[in-house]
Amino acid sequence: MAKLMPRRDVVIVGFGWTGAILAQELTEAGLDVLAIERGPWRDTATDFNIGYMPDELRYAIRRELFLQPSQEAITMRNDLTQTALPMRDYGSFLPGAGVGGAGVHWNGFSWRYLASDFILKTHLTQKYGAKKFDGLTIQDWGVTWDEIEHCFDKFEYVAGVSGKAGVIKGVVQPGGNPFEGSRSREYPNPPLKMPYSSSLFTKAATEYGLHPFPSPSANISRPYVNSLGVAMGECTYCGYCERFGCANYSKAAPQTTILPVLMKKDNFELRTESEVLTVNLHPDGKTAKSVTYVDTSGNEYEQPADLVIMAGYGLMNVRMMLLSRIGKPYDPNTNEGVVGRNYCYQTGGGGASMIFDDKRFNPFMGAGALSSSAHDFNSDMDHSKLDFVGGCSIGSGESNGRPIQGRPTPPGTPRWGSKWKDATAKTYGHVMSIGGSGSSYAQRGNYLDLDPTYTDNFGRPLLRITFDFPDNDIRMQNWVGEQCVKIAKTLNPKILTSGKARKGWNSVPYQTTHNTGGAIMGADPKTSAVNRYLQNWDVSNVFVMGACAFPQNSAMNPTGTVAALAYWAAEAITTRYIKNPGPLVQA
Amino acid sequence: MLDNRPLKMCRRRFLASVAALPALTGGAFAHTMPHSLPWSPFAGDPPKPINPLGWYFLTPSEVITVEAIVDRLIPADHLSPGGKDAGCAVFIDRQLAGSFGKSSHLYNKGPFLPGLPTQGYQGELTPSGRYRIGLKALEDHVRAANAGKSFAELTGEQQDAILSGLEEGKITLKLAPGFSTRQFFELLLQNTMEGFFADPLYGGNKDMASWKMIGFPGARYDYRDYVEKYNQPYPHGPVSIMSGAPGWNVKG
Ligand SMILES: Cc1cc2nc3c(=O)[nH]c(=O)nc-3n(C[C@H](O)[C@H](O)[C@H](O)COP(=O)(O)OP(=O)(O)OC[C@H]3O[C@@H](n4cnc5c(N)ncnc54)[C@H](O)[C@@H]3O)c2cc1C
Ligand code: SF4
Repeated sequence: MAKLMPRRDVVIVGFGWTGAILAQELTEAGLDVLAIERGPWRDTATDFNIGYMPDELRYAIRRELFLQPSQEAITMRNDLTQTALPMRDYGSFLPGAGVGGAGVHWNGFSWRYLASDFILKTHLTQKYGAKKFDGLTIQDWGVTWDEIEHCFDKFEYVAGVSGKAGVIKGVVQPGGNPFEGSRSREYPNPPLKMPYSSSLFTKAATEYGLHPFPSPSANISRPYVNSLGVAMGECTYCGYCERFGCANYSKAAPQTTILPVLMKKDNFELRTESEVLTVNLHPDGKTAKSVTYVDTSGNEYEQPADLVIMAGYGLMNVRMMLLSRIGKPYDPNTNEGVVGRNYCYQTGGGGASMIFDDKRFNPFMGAGALSSSAHDFNSDMDHSKLDFVGGCSIGSGESNGRPIQGRPTPPGTPRWGSKWKDATAKTYGHVMSIGGSGSSYAQRGNYLDLDPTYTDNFGRPLLRITFDFPDNDIRMQNWVGEQCVKIAKTLNPKILTSGKARKGWNSVPYQTTHNTGGAIMGADPKTSAVNRYLQNWDVSNVFVMGACAFPQNSAMNPTGTVAALAYWAAEAITTRYIKNPGPLVQA
Repeated sequence: MLDNRPLKMCRRRFLASVAALPALTGGAFAHTMPHSLPWSPFAGDPPKPINPLGWYFLTPSEVITVEAIVDRLIPADHLSPGGKDAGCAVFIDRQLAGSFGKSSHLYNKGPFLPGLPTQGYQGELTPSGRYRIGLKALEDHVRAANAGKSFAELTGEQQDAILSGLEEGKITLKLAPGFSTRQFFELLLQNTMEGFFADPLYGGNKDMASWKMIGFPGARYDYRDYVEKYNQPYPHGPVSIMSGAPGWNVKG
């Protein structure tokens, strides 16, 4: 029997980026908030200790800070005809665990999606006609750039994002990204120092006619006191960034930006090492009454709350909805239902890798988001003569030179023995690459549901991913890859190699932790799981955070937009919902 | 002696008890106070350097085989000592004896079905089990083909030919369902390279040999003064976690 706990105004399931943002905003509005996190408490001084953080084996290879599959695994297959099997180890993407979630060990690329991304279907239909994206289930988001611009701004000033604005109040700024949506003001901090590779890319891309700029980074460029009054330090380019916690208070994470303020509040409580199993509904199915969670000794608790915020990372939120029977599950055969719909990823592959005799890059002087980018081939480029929609943000920079993960050698080099050693010693530090992060568009048959066979420690079905890269996205990625190769050639490398994007999403090698869709937002309850405020259409006191709300994925890392949507939802809750609980949009 | 005990008991989350972190009351006009975040002294979890003596998982004959293998994967030459002297066999032994060897944080529930390449390793054997079976199958194969000689007794060229045969799928060892010869080779190669390039803390990369070989400064944490010095070598040699802050982080 579950122990019944005293009622709270709000319970937040998961305490990573979105959980921390919602907790901060809702406690500011005077609500009594409880966050439940299944991983341990973690903080900079104790857990991201400079004395032992730079340990590649422990943190990057054995991945100590991440979710371990023994706690929650996911099954995968590439299409409906295959039998999904569990990813016995995570590889292609690496979900977070513990206080701060993946916000602890992310890279820190902090993007705003393009203004056109939010109205993608309308935009593409107007520009090219709907036939252009036949076969893709592209949708509008139900929210526009102008509506959420201030939410992006809010996140950037909490996170101390370092960058150069491209367009402020409609005016293009030299040195920034001219293709970005118009923003209300400059970034809070200037760009990071530019490494050699980024400077070569900037020069080559400019000569090629592109518009390169420093990528917006949540690895921050100077000491900064954020909008909540929390002090952050200057990034030291340590090269132990993604997969690691930052020992310098320089990478925006819930710990370095929000928790020092939040944890002091009387109306906030955090319970760690407690895993939420289900959201329990009232008999009419229209509202949630409580969540059930279990502690590490196996004791069960029922926690009643008036409002439930799902903030357990997109994939986990979708699974929690399916397990809790919130929203109608998507069926790819009939194309009906909403939970699990429009699962997308980030398209990768393609791009150019260069080896130089006469250039030395010192890749170990890196930061997670240290790079320069160009958005000339992003989703809003002119597709009229191209056989695809979507695009890619391209760039070059240094995140790390950690040798277990990366030891480039020229093509044809053996992988061991004396020749391998010689080539490794000669090549290390002489390589730069130009690569891209591609959009990923939804198509029928790519979706999330519950696995029929494999279960977790509590006997509950695992989440199942059915996904492969759509042909459109492969054509897009390879076309952009060819442009990268052309730019790379102008740098006259000794050896130039290029990759190709391929069908057959492989769950083993790391790609990105940018899983999107499955509980998408929109204007129509028949094709979206949550409304424009991330409120579930059916269960009105459940709000679902995370990239699961994206109808399709854009050509950039998701968290800037995930955070903006979290602020957008929090604003709707604090200004409208608490005054008059119930659906914010009539179905 | 397959090491595939039920692993549930090892999971860290069942050892800890629920840790509730009550909000600390700060009064109506609370300032930022140094103890307002949950914090306890010495709560960090520094790594424990391995004990360099003895063997924890590998048997004496397995040690001889593994040392011979790592010395061919990473041969001694003017660039660095070989895999054996760099400590790669010790590294592998300690990894197999620990959580990695037991797969204790992986998803280990059945059914175990043959998978597609995109689905990753689907065998039932843990890494330690794979080594035990793989090393025995390798020795059986070598002895049958070389008039009773063991892998370590062959010449370097012969050893290289066998390793290439495993890598390229030209030799098929008798292993187990869901565990192919190529996968065995990949495991050996992966772990050897991990040992060679990881912090010396874990038993390999003795004297930071690999880091010196490629020019990687190891555990250094501040390059602000160097990022914009284009096309110039970094002037300082490597440091390791062990050498970086002696005194406090080797406790425990
Ligand atoms: C290596 C890496 C690099 C990345 N780099 C970038 C980048 O450069 N730019 C970018 O934009 N994004 C990046 N990301 C993605 C980014 O980290 C995520 O988008 C972001 O953290 C998502 O926030 P979230 O709140 O949705 O989930 P998270 O921050 O992951 O938080 C979810 C939390 O919920 C907890 N939880 C889950 N289920 C339960 C449950 N049932 N009960 C209790 N608690 C639960 C989890 O333990 C976790 O702490 C990266 C991710 C990784 C792993
Ligand atoms: S690179 Fe910068 S932000 Fe990243 S962990 Fe190191 S110091 Fe922190």
